[in-house]
Amino acid sequence: MEKKTVLRKPAGFLDVYKHKPGAEKDRTHYCPGCGHGILHKLIAEAMEDLEIIDDTIIISPVGCSVFAYYYFDGGHFQVPHGRAPAVGTAVSRANPDKIVISYQGDGDLAAIGGNNILQAANRGESIAVFFVNNAIYGMTGGQMAPTTLEGQVTTTTPYGRNPATDGLPLRMAEIINQLEAPTFVARVSLHNPANIRKTRAAVRQALQNAKEHKGFQFVEVLSMCPSGWKQTPVNCLKWIEEKMLPIFPLGTLRDRSAEATPVVRPEPVLEPGKVLEKLGLTEDKSRGFARGTVAEEYSEMSIRIAGFGGQGIMSTGQILAQVAMEYGYNVSWLPSYGPEMRGGTANCSVNIQDDTIGGAEAVSPNMVIAMNRPSMEKFEKTMVEGGSLIYNSTLVEISPSRTDIKAFPVPITGLANELGDIRVQSVVGVGAYAAVTGMFRPEDIIEMLPQFFKGKNKSIIDLNASAVRAGYDYVKNNF
Amino acid sequence: MARTLMKGNHAAVYGAVMAGCTAYYGYPITPASEIAEGAAEIFPKLNRTFLQAESEIAAINMVYGAAGSGRRVMTASSGPGISLKMEGLSYCAGSALPCVVVDVMRGGPGLGNIGPEQSDYNQVVKGGGHGNYRNLVLAPNSCQEMCDFTMLAFDLADRYRNPVFVLTDGVIGQMMEAVELPKPVTHIPDRSEWAVCGTPLNKNLINSIYLDLDDLERWNMALDAKYRSVKENEVRYEEYLMDDAKIAVVGYGCVSRVLRSTVEMARARGIKVGLFRPITLFPFPEKQIRAFADRGVEKVLTVELSTGQLVDDVNLSLQGTLKSDLYYRVGGNVPSALEILNRISELYGV
Ligand SMILES: Cc1ncc(C[n+]2csc(CCOP(=O)(O)OP(=O)(O)O)c2C)c(N)n1
Repeated sequence: MEKKTVLRKPAGFLDVYKHKPGAEKDRTHYCPGCGHGILHKLIAEAMEDLEIIDDTIIISPVGCSVFAYYYFDGGHFQVPHGRAPAVGTAVSRANPDKIVISYQGDGDLAAIGGNNILQAANRGESIAVFFVNNAIYGMTGGQMAPTTLEGQVTTTTPYGRNPATDGLPLRMAEIINQLEAPTFVARVSLHNPANIRKTRAAVRQALQNAKEHKGFQFVEVLSMCPSGWKQTPVNCLKWIEEKMLPIFPLGTLRDRSAEATPVVRPEPVLEPGKVLEKLGLTEDKSRGFARGTVAEEYSEMSIRIAGFGGQGIMSTGQILAQVAMEYGYNVSWLPSYGPEMRGGTANCSVNIQDDTIGGAEAVSPNMVIAMNRPSMEKFEKTMVEGGSLIYNSTLVEISPSRTDIKAFPVPITGLANELGDIRVQSVVGVGAYAAVTGMFRPEDIIEMLPQFFKGKNKSIIDLNASAVRAGYDYVKNNF
Repeated sequence: MARTLMKGNHAAVYGAVMAGCTAYYGYPITPASEIAEGAAEIFPKLNRTFLQAESEIAAINMVYGAAGSGRRVMTASSGPGISLKMEGLSYCAGSALPCVVVDVMRGGPGLGNIGPEQSDYNQVVKGGGHGNYRNLVLAPNSCQEMCDFTMLAFDLADRYRNPVFVLTDGVIGQMMEAVELPKPVTHIPDRSEWAVCGTPLNKNLINSIYLDLDDLERWNMALDAKYRSVKENEVRYEEYLMDDAKIAVVGYGCVSRVLRSTVEMARARGIKVGLFRPITLFPFPEKQIRAFADRGVEKVLTVELSTGQLVDDVNLSLQGTLKSDLYYRVGGNVPSALEILNRISELYGV
């Protein structure tokens, strides 16, 4: 082939296509008559004229334009099929001062990546999307695309696209135009010089907006695919005019370029001192309560707390674990969840000990706090011999069946009601636990209440302090 | 710093924050959702990005974009969501991008349930996506380790420019323990050489295409060499009373905690059981397990919340040198320490 002289390439293209394998590093891989090359050139020219070559990141899709990175001068991502808008989302957020171009075909954007484009558009991501609608899958040899026309023959619609089984062509520009966030939405075409000029204008508007970080730009470009359509390049131009334009009307569907406000993203905080300060971690808030003497049988606790959902089962367990931690114990808290979580009952396991904690579930507890009857019946069976059972005698009208355990009937719900708020049940239970085991002083628990009820006013804290006392005193006075 | 009572899932968020992770992209799924929720709360306070993606597929591709832009980035999910991430992970490995993925495993297959299982082992430890690549896999068994290993995962990801998994289960994700928060990192390795970032822009290329057959073979061999170096340098494991053990129990994650209790119960009965806990699942502690026989171990019992995934690696490591058995529970069930001890008694007549 005779070597042609290139007069001048737009500066948005690389001089030598260094990433392209093989010897031909001065020409594209596109077929004769393909529209991709024209659109590439319009983008490269705009990059030069808008002086954004050194600030542009181009995302190459999967499709014929998979090798867009061969040609453009810029930063490059080649990405999985359809995912350019998702990748672009993160690229633009990580590089808020850059221009991010997502270049996609119709299979890529409208089929496999349909949700990704919708969601990125809906979030108003700072991406300029150039969507090449050639009504076919070019790369893989001419299969049906979502944009394939009714009756169009492709390798996977050998009898023509049948709307009854394959649906009708998707009009992506119109769909994107339904969303609030996008700034600029247009459909243009490459089938003759007049329309190429309009495409040039749309490309420039989109990239100008991108340069100003004005959110999401969407330019759908009708484009020829002689190889996929199995037509001569000249026939392809006619085919767009006659067949595609009636289905895909051209024009600017939306232009909010003037009103759009630039997206501003502040720098992430990474400096260690600032990180700790912003997270409120600069001071050590641990209390380090001194331990009292705890009877041998209560020195290593495996606790099951159970009751109805809404009885504060989870928070009872968390409070026990938090307080024990301040006394210097190793603690663990494990909620029932998954297959265990049935029928509106809840339970959790708490371990409190000096040794390393093994299994976190209290399979054979030495303490059960049962807030209702089914919980007592279920978990007293699991207890070790000599263990302690605190049960809510307001709701549990029977006695435990085990005689080899210590039982502490405490009217937990009743005591809470006497205080005027049934929600303090869980804290009454904590008070009772402290009295039975001798592990915590009630004043230490009370000291921690503001931490458990963050943001709650003083009357709620005081009410809970009374609840701790009520549970504690009841056990002290009755057993 | 002070110890704070927190869920394993929240501890992972703090690990990421302290490691200088500037972006979290994720999609909710039980029992991993608290990681997304924690990131949603904390990341904006530090001007870092939290985004609830439209799917796990989108999330991993956002991770790809952020990692390629030179940011420390993380996502988290569980079974079904991890399955969806596989293509993206393969691209991350194929493009040599560092990133961290936390998998809080639940019951499968299909929708399964939200109870703890370890049945993502094969898809995570063996690669999962297409092509010749591996994930580095750390397996925490406590809330403290959820924090520390997530932080470590970022270092390993940078060191090897590869995805690193923190593979755990619903128990560890959902439980609370005291966690001592580490200090924030002061330094993040420079990535200007390969990432698309910086002003002026580094016009790098993030890519996994090698059209030339020999180029792609060479790239695969380079990846293979990387994974061999990982095997040489990054094996981590923990032992408990293994020195005089006749029976070794092998397990990771929440199972290894139960096994610790089993070992204590067995010892109280005079049965010499020891615990071997792989901390890295890839690289797997092959040599250490192969050496069991030389250390006087006679029997090996693998316990897992999957129907025989971990045990395959144990057997490959043992190379037939010792009698090897498997005990498993699945469906969200976790065996008790006594249940496992009874199994040991049955199997080995002790
Ligand atoms: C997950 C996945 N599925 C399928 C493919 C195969 N594939 C490559 S390109 C392509 C179609 C591309 O068509 P389109 O987006 O219309 O772009 P065009 O080639 O027409 O420019 C397909 C299906 C792939 N690479 N990845």
